[in-house]
Amino acid sequence: MSEIFNIFIRSVFIDNMVFAYFLGMCSYLAVSKSVKTASGLGLAVCFVLAITVPVNYLIDKYLLQPGALSWLGSSFAQVDLSFLSLIIFIAVIAGMVQLLEMVIERYMPALYMALGIFLPLIAVNCAILGGSLFMQEKNFPTVSHSFSYAIGSGLGWLLAITAMAAIRERLKYSNIPEPLRGNGIAYIITGLMGLGFMAFLGI
Amino acid sequence: MKKYLGPLSKDNPILVQTLGVCSALAVTAQLKPAVVMALSVTVVCAFSNLIISLIRNTIPPRIRIIVQLLIVSFWVVLVDLLLQAYFYEISKMLSVFVGLIITNCIIMGRLEAFALSHKPWPSLVDGVMNGLGYGMVLIIVAFFRELLGSGTLWNHQVIPNAFYHAGYLNNGLMILPPMALILVGVMIWIKGIKNSKL
Repeated sequence: MSEIFNIFIRSVFIDNMVFAYFLGMCSYLAVSKSVKTASGLGLAVCFVLAITVPVNYLIDKYLLQPGALSWLGSSFAQVDLSFLSLIIFIAVIAGMVQLLEMVIERYMPALYMALGIFLPLIAVNCAILGGSLFMQEKNFPTVSHSFSYAIGSGLGWLLAITAMAAIRERLKYSNIPEPLRGNGIAYIITGLMGLGFMAFLGI
Repeated sequence: MKKYLGPLSKDNPILVQTLGVCSALAVTAQLKPAVVMALSVTVVCAFSNLIISLIRNTIPPRIRIIVQLLIVSFWVVLVDLLLQAYFYEISKMLSVFVGLIITNCIIMGRLEAFALSHKPWPSLVDGVMNGLGYGMVLIIVAFFRELLGSGTLWNHQVIPNAFYHAGYLNNGLMILPPMALILVGVMIWIKGIKNSKL
């Protein structure tokens, strides 16, 4: 149990998707202009990660890994389908996003209005595919480990984009050199925030 | 001709359009992985552009995103397996970032904006040029990070030992991931100054 909690804390603060691995930077820079939209996108990312990572974990464990098919019989024990993992993961993500969009629209119209156009865009967000690939690399023992990793990374991303949006709202009133305005200063601030997050390394 | 040279300076995918930043920065602590990454993205971008352009009249518009993702992931799997076979150490170093080329916004952006509406040959050239524009930024950032951070280039020591004896120290800060962001920020700044003079 404490191990699961550790994974959660680690993925929020230390292995933060944005500051440590630069995942999802494109939408992070493009959508962080106001706190409201930024937190909407953050929530959507969190949500999709929490669903796709455990699903991909199960697929990886019972279908793709070397020897994963041994539950079908001993003649399948040698089969190694891991070269298919990239294609399967991206297909699962694209399919899941589509499915989620329909389910949310039908049963939770309020949430659907809040997430708005962000849901379909998430299929091509690197943070989502990155979550699944890191999950594969870390080799978690159970589904609940991978679930806590997914929630943690999602929350970390939400935290990063909301903080960035809050800073950028203030930046409108500061006196920045002309050529640095816009994206330039956004990169530098992200770098400085990343350096700040390194303080968590000691935990 | 001028149209194709855009990605190298005026329309640079990273510096101007802020696309494909995701995988760009994590691999730039050293020159070697950065060059390999740049080449991989160029290959994937060029050939996905070519194939999408060849079949552009037969793709139903409603499912085009999934078709594009599948074709891009086909090329990425190919590159990934080649790297594992011939450059195993570098492929370990790049780890998940080869797989993340699939969701690199540059490639999806070029497929949507160029390959779907142009003939195969110009699409191929456009893919190569955008890959090179991306690679250029990667290599510049990696050059400074490796030189200042570890005192080496391409794993060869370039800062003479005499400097170290005289008290020179490698700047460990450059190895840390956030410095890549700050370096790109400075590059955008320099570019902004140059453009405003024109």
